Amino acid sequence: MLDPDIVGRTFVGATSTLVTQEAITQFSRSIGEPNFEVAAPTFSISITLAESQLLLQESGLDWTRVVHGDQKFEILRPIIAGDSLICSSTIETVRVVAGNEIVTVRSDLLAGAELVVSSWSTLVVRA
Amino acid sequence: MSNFEVGQELAAVSYPIDRSLLVAYANASGDQNPIHQDEEFAKSVGLPDVIAHGMLTMALAGRFVSDVAGGSANVKEFFARFIKPVVVPAGSTVNLIISGKISAIENGIAKIDIQAICDDVKVLGMAKAVISLS
Repeated sequence: MLDPDIVGRTFVGATSTLVTQEAITQFSRSIGEPNFEVAAPTFSISITLAESQLLLQESGLDWTRVVHGDQKFEILRPIIAGDSLICSSTIETVRVVAGNEIVTVRSDLLAGAELVVSSWSTLVVRA
Repeated sequence: MSNFEVGQELAAVSYPIDRSLLVAYANASGDQNPIHQDEEFAKSVGLPDVIAHGMLTMALAGRFVSDVAGGSANVKEFFARFIKPVVVPAGSTVNLIISGKISAIENGIAKIDIQAICDDVKVLGMAKAVISLS
């Protein structure tokens, strides 16, 4: 069982991620998207997944029992090659429904002071 | 970009998914969870077979939205709930059918409701996007 005190816990990545054209192109190609000038709408998950995984594992969550419940993106501007992005992840809510813990994590990607993408992942920890 | 109307249906597009796509998406996204590649592992945790990443299903729906929007740069918001797994047996191709409908137009943006169907089963719930019309 997760400690309710973890709500509000924030994890800011120690290093920034430099977005390469190769990463944007590889992601777009994998889903058959023919245009590579900006990142695909869901590209940011390739940066935020690892960061939110670290935050949750440090908070005692068993990643092997996690199922992705839902996902939201707010894209203030598209990610482009050359962006240097810092990920800030925060546990927004923890609740229990039918014995399963449900955790919502918000991840913000920032280029300096500029917020580029905010995303919310709802994760269900199977009992 | 075409002029959209509220209520307008957006024609369905079929996106084939096979095991090689799951590997390509795992490498591109960094999500190497074995339930998306290793049949034995998937079955050991109670799944019927290897399943597609929920985020791959959403990424393909995102490709549909980018096409409608005239490019990924015009996609402002995107939400989906993962309600059923897309099972991908070895050696076969399953078809993800994405369609949509314009639900609102206001202040230079359009809202889209998205349907994602695989084997006659709805796999994404409440899926919706906001695109810029500028």
